[in-house]
Amino acid sequence: MPHHPVHEYDVLVIGAGGAGLRAAIEASSAGVKVGVVSKSLLGKAHTVMAEGGIAAALANTDTRDDWRVHFSDTMRGGQYVNNWRMAEIHAKEAPDRVRELEAWGALFDRTPDGRILQRNFGGHRYPRLAHVGDRTGLEMIRTLQDHGIHKGIGFHMETTMLTLLQDAGRVIGAFGYERERGRFQIFHAKAVVLATGGIGRAFKITSNSWEYTGDGHSLAYHAGAALIDMEFVQFHPTGMIWPPGGRGILVTEAVRGEGGILLNKDGRRFMFDDIPPAYRNQTADNEEEGWRYTQGDKNARRPPELLTRDHVARCIVREVRQGRGSPHGGVFLDVSWIKAKLPNAAEHIKKKLPSMYHQFKQLADVDITREPMEVGPTTHYVMGGVRVDAETQMSDVPGLFAAGECAAGINGANRLGGNSLSDLLVFGKRAGEHAAAYAKANGAGQINNAQIEKAERAAMEPFERNSAVNPYQVQEQLQDMMQDLVGIVRREEEMLCALDRLRELRAQAAQVVVPGNREYNNGWHTALDLDNLFTVSEAITRAALERRECRGAQFRDDYPEKDSTYGAISFLIRKAADGSMQVSREPIPELRPDLKQIIEEFK
Amino acid sequence: MAQATFRIWRGDSQNGSFQDYNVESAPGMVVLDAVHDIQGSQAPDLAVRWNCKAGRCGSCSAEINGNPKLMCMTRMSTLDLSQPITVEPMRAFPLVRDLVAHVGSNYRAKKSIRPFKPRPPDFPDGTWRMHQRDVDRVQEFRKCIECFLCQDVCHVLRNHGLHEQFIGPRLFVYSAALEMHPLDTESRAGALKHSHGIGFCNITKCCTKVCPEEITITDNAIIPLKERVVDEYYDPIRRLFRVFTG
Repeated sequence: MPHHPVHEYDVLVIGAGGAGLRAAIEASSAGVKVGVVSKSLLGKAHTVMAEGGIAAALANTDTRDDWRVHFSDTMRGGQYVNNWRMAEIHAKEAPDRVRELEAWGALFDRTPDGRILQRNFGGHRYPRLAHVGDRTGLEMIRTLQDHGIHKGIGFHMETTMLTLLQDAGRVIGAFGYERERGRFQIFHAKAVVLATGGIGRAFKITSNSWEYTGDGHSLAYHAGAALIDMEFVQFHPTGMIWPPGGRGILVTEAVRGEGGILLNKDGRRFMFDDIPPAYRNQTADNEEEGWRYTQGDKNARRPPELLTRDHVARCIVREVRQGRGSPHGGVFLDVSWIKAKLPNAAEHIKKKLPSMYHQFKQLADVDITREPMEVGPTTHYVMGGVRVDAETQMSDVPGLFAAGECAAGINGANRLGGNSLSDLLVFGKRAGEHAAAYAKANGAGQINNAQIEKAERAAMEPFERNSAVNPYQVQEQLQDMMQDLVGIVRREEEMLCALDRLRELRAQAAQVVVPGNREYNNGWHTALDLDNLFTVSEAITRAALERRECRGAQFRDDYPEKDSTYGAISFLIRKAADGSMQVSREPIPELRPDLKQIIEEFK
Repeated sequence: MAQATFRIWRGDSQNGSFQDYNVESAPGMVVLDAVHDIQGSQAPDLAVRWNCKAGRCGSCSAEINGNPKLMCMTRMSTLDLSQPITVEPMRAFPLVRDLVAHVGSNYRAKKSIRPFKPRPPDFPDGTWRMHQRDVDRVQEFRKCIECFLCQDVCHVLRNHGLHEQFIGPRLFVYSAALEMHPLDTESRAGALKHSHGIGFCNITKCCTKVCPEEITITDNAIIPLKERVVDEYYDPIRRLFRVFTG
């Protein structure tokens, strides 16, 4: 046994955002010993950045809502390539997961009769998002954190996993390092839950922090699990575009939910110019109706600003490309105009969108109660991830579970805003429950020392090389390349070029060197994260090459139509025996008749 | 474009010193952008803790020209670039390395506070009713991003080092959020008085001044908690009552 500390757990959860914490709480409630490792400090994971709310058909604000409407909205938003069983479970269980948060101390905004208030959001037919102003993610992660610390869970903060440990194909733990001293750590566990979030750092313009380098995707891939839907990367339509250092920071969809409108440089509300057929029945055809919808008029239809994120992002790209953009290359998002409609508009905006008010005031010198914001698309979320069983969240690899953004299925080709926080809760709980059951049913596996020694050697290499390649620069080149060649608008020749560039960048990465020692060395962390970024970047590119159509977040300039043959298949990514990345097609199981009927009913 | 000199603390718990780095100042730049710039080209091993870069997660707390601030929300345009800008870690905590401080004491202190304990649900479906006016004041406390700048500036921690006897402003805000939660039934007054050291706070309001979320820490959280402790322990009628009931 290598001389590293060994932590023994029944269930190890990797990641401490919404999904990881919820999984850990559930597993711990099942009576097993649970450990959580998190790349950052507790409470700092990306969940904290979620703004708009948690989608759940509580029917507090509009009694017409129920799980069936939520299910059909999710499927329509995902362009019907979702794992429909996950979409069904999600819609059915989300309300209980939200109420549970309240029982653990969360304080949502209230309706006049004292229930949880819900707000409008893109693609949701009725006001559905339980929220706290525009800081819902903070409320959620803090509630889970403060509840979780009293559950006997072992927390290992600022600890990063480098590889999953395996015994005869089964996952039996993980190996990595803690940041403070840079010491290696062995986590021996009967089941492992991946809850590592997204991949945003593969792109230059992103709302994601340094942590989101596709660690869980990559760990699972190398352990033999399949990734699915990797071509679907969500570019949120509204990120900040100025100042340059703040480019990509999220501007919540709640701005539009509260009545914000999108304008081009000519002051035209361009979202009315292109309304997809699938949404025409549900979308307002004039500005007055759109406003009434945001103010709760149940007979009005939603304004086109609240169409799905993939569509809004593309409309913004169109305006910019055709020369109608704002001075810094975006469009205008204006919520200040509501002062023409509401007597106390400035106070209302500050109350409903306090974080946005501060963000623009402090970072961009823009007072959003008086003037429009400049916004443009930002890499926000990946619909693709580890393929999991809908009921248990177990991957193809025994003992390995995944939940939240690093798992895939529920969102299909495009995620609706608000469905992420509910996904974290619903499937985090299920992953924790089933990981605990798996741990109870299976003994501890045998740790393979050779696997640990190999991972340790690879991790130490950046200190030992005689070269001058800087890890930050390799990462930056990768981000520029992915942004340019595999971004919102994709073409075959560009993506083939991206694969070549990935090979070159991998070769460069094999030469990166970092100065100093292992103690809290950000350069070293950046070097070690590179391999994960390459894995997910290649997976995204290969899957996007294969899907020769436009669907949801996948927009192919060279195949501008939606193609029904692709509506029946998913692309699977696996590591082949020779170490290369293989893409295969997998048919989507036929929709259950009762669910098909629900979709028809709410078309 | 203007040049700026950053004087950054480099070192670990044993040794350290300030080192100067020159950075081109770009429009709209924040201090964290400059630190990243330095990391990317001049000092790849510079230790800094950060996450969201949007003032939401509270990771990148530091002392900028001696003022406790979030690096991601401090615009260069608010600083005098004719002088070197000093950036150093929060000094009220043990140093890990460079700009990273050890903030584990705050997590331990939180765990010592009795958790939320709601009253039974108001309705058979397990739900409660609460009115917005009753949750407003608690929502103020729940805005806290746990940046620990209030802890950093509090003299009880910073100058007297009473981390084990005094939970500090952040954890008083947390206690207040629980105590004033409309559903909570737990009492924390005893712990506040006996083990959490609320008496050490002499309401200088330094914490309130540095809070990036503009939480009125002293007036809205700490003083009402002090009043609860006074009601519980120093109210003459209650004291008399205790004499008889034990």
